[in-house]
Amino acid sequence: MNDANGTQIAYIEVGALAKRRTMSAQEKMRLKLFLRQRRKRDRIRKKRRKLIHRRLYSGTIFGDLCIFLFLLLLAVFMLLPLYLTVSGSLKPVEELYNFPPRIFPNRPTLDNFAALRASVSNLWVPFSRYVFNSVFVAASVTALQVLISGTAAYALAKIKFPGSVFLNRLIELSILFTGTTTGVMTYIVVSKTHIIDSYFALILPFIAMPLGLFFMRQFMGQVSESLIEAAKLDGAGDFRICWQVVMPNVRPAWITMMIFAFQNAWQIDGMSYIFNEALKPVPTVMQQLQSQNIAQSGVAAAAVVITMIPPVVIFLFFQSSILETMAQSGMKE
Amino acid sequence: MKKEKFPVLKRGSVLAAIAAKTKGCGTAYIMILPFFLLFFVFTIIPVVMSLPLAFTSFDMVQSPKFVGFENFYSLFLEDEIFITAIQNTIIFAAVTGPIAYIACFVLAWLIQQLPYVLKTFFTFAFYAPTLAGNIYTTWQYIFSGDTYGVANSYLMDLNIISGPVAWLTDSKYISGVIILVQLWMSLGAGFLAIRAGLQGVPRERYEAGAIEGIKGRGQEMIHITIPAMGPQLLFAAVVQIATCFAAGDVGRYLTDMPTTDYKAHTLMSHAYDYGQVRYEMGYAAAICFVLFLCMLLANWGIRKVLKKYMDE
Repeated sequence: MNDANGTQIAYIEVGALAKRRTMSAQEKMRLKLFLRQRRKRDRIRKKRRKLIHRRLYSGTIFGDLCIFLFLLLLAVFMLLPLYLTVSGSLKPVEELYNFPPRIFPNRPTLDNFAALRASVSNLWVPFSRYVFNSVFVAASVTALQVLISGTAAYALAKIKFPGSVFLNRLIELSILFTGTTTGVMTYIVVSKTHIIDSYFALILPFIAMPLGLFFMRQFMGQVSESLIEAAKLDGAGDFRICWQVVMPNVRPAWITMMIFAFQNAWQIDGMSYIFNEALKPVPTVMQQLQSQNIAQSGVAAAAVVITMIPPVVIFLFFQSSILETMAQSGMKE
Repeated sequence: MKKEKFPVLKRGSVLAAIAAKTKGCGTAYIMILPFFLLFFVFTIIPVVMSLPLAFTSFDMVQSPKFVGFENFYSLFLEDEIFITAIQNTIIFAAVTGPIAYIACFVLAWLIQQLPYVLKTFFTFAFYAPTLAGNIYTTWQYIFSGDTYGVANSYLMDLNIISGPVAWLTDSKYISGVIILVQLWMSLGAGFLAIRAGLQGVPRERYEAGAIEGIKGRGQEMIHITIPAMGPQLLFAAVVQIATCFAAGDVGRYLTDMPTTDYKAHTLMSHAYDYGQVRYEMGYAAAICFVLFLCMLLANWGIRKVLKKYMDE
């Protein structure tokens, strides 16, 4: 429809250009105006087409606007506590107990962060050591979890072997089990395996997360059987199919899993497994500082904000990279 | 003939039968080995070790003493607070579970309709409560019972309430506030799973749908999106069951233990009370056992409902 219109206009234009020399001034003026208007209209159309192209779904622009406003309202509610923590960390001491309490700091300052920095520099072990511990633990847990759960999930989802149904059920049941007594038992296992007071105590117990495996399994179940058959005919083994065929097809899944894994790994609190000060992760130290500075709730808020930054950055980075993969996925059953 | 009749009795035939069945599955077992090794050591062993504790009396000092079903008798027949706790748990689960589950899907789907940058922003905004760990503690500041509480202060400014409301100690409001905070926290793993699942629905299906005459977002959701999302919906359901039944941390932190009239006392807070405060581990394990049974029941129910979307 657009095309037909476009070609028609193009003919007019070509004709007009050919006649240009013989045209009167008035006609030239009209042609100029017409061309300018047409360029403007084309720009708008192009813009609009781009906007529509980006939308995957049918529906009106008005509907989009309603959705946006509704979500915005909800987002304000969802972000309120986060905002209060950030604003609390920026409030100077005298504003913390102002009456009436206000959610905007009057004179934002970085004093709390400076105070935090001062108390951090007084620590026994240099702060960079804690940062290294945390980054090392979180990175290894995340990488190993994706590696191990991805492989196991492929076998559970796509290979039929005796025991697979049982193991699938077992995973699901273990997600549902919550116990206050399991913590004690895990401690016994950790101490019996002699990994206590080492990096292993912070890494090994947190790799095999049933939730992560279940998550990957659910996504891999959707990858089409014919794709795997084709890879098998080409002579690929199970490991190769898993990593070169299936994993790229469930990219949103394993990126999301990395978010879960990093977020949990960052919160690992080695309180009961780690006694060596030099092996403790950042959140543990921040908790200790918070309990020392109990009077200064601004400093505590600053500690919370600092601890929160890495998971938030990882989340934003990974979440936006999921969206880029959208066009590629078309291999589902 | 005889040998064929009793093949199992033949020496080594059990092993042979297993070998015959698992033939060609070697790679599969190698693939699951690393995960399940760690899983058994650090998850299954602790769970299996703590299950029998429900039938013992154990105070962490003396070794466990077997008492049979005594813990369960006293739970159901003598412990009135336990009955309150089980009621509260079921009410919380029945209210927050379905609402949170539907919210997970609907919000994820609404976000999917928006352009690129907004998608990331809203996903972040809704997932932030889970992402930021124990940020829910801020609600204590918001719902603080004196005039310094943010909610009280602003509501009094707007003349909606005349004096400060003790949100966290007045038994009229506790449940409502806890449910609100619980719902605020509920867009967690299930929500992200559905977001990721929506990214994976092939574009061609929407195009094909448009050609076949599917009009509007509603029809698209029912005919294209939901049928393609079975595994993610099941995942979200399992996560939601696990979180809404195990609720207790929020109530314990916000309102101190025990809450006024035990209004926000759930099975998890009850187990925490006996496990971490009174060190009656056997009793706490029995409470967790009952909680586990509740979850199994809910899980069985949800599987029945989602059956037609499952691939197993």
